Amino acid sequence: MNSGIDLEMSFTQGVQNLGLSHELAHLLWIPLPMLLVLVSAVIGVLVTVWLERKISAAAQQRIGPEYAGALGILQPMADGLKLLVKEDIIPARADSVLFTVGPILVLVPVILSWLIVPFGQNLLISNVGIGIFLWIALSSIQPIGLLMSGYSSNNKYSLLGGLRAAAQSISYEIPLALAVLAIVMMSNSLSTVDIVEQQNTAGFLSWNIWRQPVGFIIFWICALAECERLPFDLPEAEEELVAGYQTEYAGMKFALFYLAGYINLVLSALLVSVLYLGGWGFPISIDWFSSLIGLSIDNPLVQIIAASLGIVMTILKAYLLVFLAILLRWTTPRVRIDQLLDLGWKFLLPISLVNLLVTASLKLAFPMTFGG
Amino acid sequence: MNIAFSTELICFLILSSVVISGSLAVVLLDNIVYSAFLLGGVFMAVAGLYLLLNASFVAAAQILVYVGAVNVLILFAIMLVNKKEKLKPIKGLRTRKLISGAVCGGLLILLLRVSITTKWNLPGPKSIGEEATERIGEHLFTDYLLPFELASILLLMAMIGAIVLARRDVSIPKDDINDFKNDNSLNDKKIPLLSENSLK
Repeated sequence: MNSGIDLEMSFTQGVQNLGLSHELAHLLWIPLPMLLVLVSAVIGVLVTVWLERKISAAAQQRIGPEYAGALGILQPMADGLKLLVKEDIIPARADSVLFTVGPILVLVPVILSWLIVPFGQNLLISNVGIGIFLWIALSSIQPIGLLMSGYSSNNKYSLLGGLRAAAQSISYEIPLALAVLAIVMMSNSLSTVDIVEQQNTAGFLSWNIWRQPVGFIIFWICALAECERLPFDLPEAEEELVAGYQTEYAGMKFALFYLAGYINLVLSALLVSVLYLGGWGFPISIDWFSSLIGLSIDNPLVQIIAASLGIVMTILKAYLLVFLAILLRWTTPRVRIDQLLDLGWKFLLPISLVNLLVTASLKLAFPMTFGG
Repeated sequence: MNIAFSTELICFLILSSVVISGSLAVVLLDNIVYSAFLLGGVFMAVAGLYLLLNASFVAAAQILVYVGAVNVLILFAIMLVNKKEKLKPIKGLRTRKLISGAVCGGLLILLLRVSITTKWNLPGPKSIGEEATERIGEHLFTDYLLPFELASILLLMAMIGAIVLARRDVSIPKDDINDFKNDNSLNDKKIPLLSENSLK
């Protein structure tokens, strides 16, 4: 797929035909994809929350939410509304400024990272050259928000939870970045679009998961740790820390943490599918398929089908991974903090370094298969 | 004045005022925790300035290194030692403040002089935009190979040191832990960084 559908161009041309200047048309276009992605991120969270409730119920042989909408589908909406109308409490001895800024600093970088998630050739907000590096840089802001909310709550559980969260996300960021680096080395680009294109030459056989199985496992473990999901949810381990850095939060500020956690989970799943599972690519090459039925790849019908198929594939792959994460959460026990740090520093870090080295040497030895 | 230029100007004004007021607050605030958090804000504003200069890779690296690593390290250090006790009054604090103020003022005047007297080549070279990452890589492996390699050796040393420190297994026999009479028992039991066998 060399030429995709360019929605931006058709939109700006359409607006220009109404008699507006090119600059103004561009300015009108800018907020649209952002709004779309924001809405889709929130809807993704609602779906994930519902899945989490239903799957956890199934894992524990319960029924789960049932009355709010068909199959309890409106339950997450009810949860959100409840949090929205709850009283916003700031503890008397807390530092109210830091207490308010903390959750915002946790949520904003996660939402900003959606900038680089591609749902198709041109279906992303911005194909920035630094692509995946932007995500790594943005996710490194999060620990500051966690430390801030942990410190400002003026509560020992919160402080410990904040420190744990920051330590955890710093230690797992390094193997994560090294796993991404191996992928970048193979695709010769940091841009997420290029990374996906490089994987879609021969259907599912050319997905990165076959060339980077170790990297895939490292990335998935680290992504779970970054999202603070079980088995790595130490910062909010109920039995030890009440709720970690969230202990003193209520109402909408708590909801921001909640939202950030789930948006981060969906984002991580999307990025795993982009980096390792061929992104918007269909398991069978579209080029091959369209030549089989005798239609040119530039045919508008083929283009539309391919684009919608791409969106469906991206979301499908991501939600398969979300399902896996939820299943892991409700079936595995929590690790201890020393086990967690041991796993990060003594196991994942050396393994990811070796993975990088092996990838580099394979790239030199077999430039055809490992992106020369 | 078109839209792009005015947006850029507004962004520049906001970012530079954030940098200046933020860094003044970092120095002048009494609460050390506020200073540390504001330092993170200043680093982010500097990254925004890089972004305005079309240097997106440098901006991301700035955030990753300074906000994500340096600032978090500073915060960790503060939060682990912060005991909320008043610092002892230092002798001659006023003269110290005056001296450091004079040094900073002199530096400011020097920099102002340099920026006014230099003949800036305006407009500068055309920005290379998305190509910048590749260009940085090329420069690192040709013109700046020696500093790059030196920095990598330094980092490798730090990393190996960290791994050696982390791998040290301090195993203390259980009945010894409660042995308070012998204060040296813990020190005696400390296992050396590298076992003797590994050196042979």
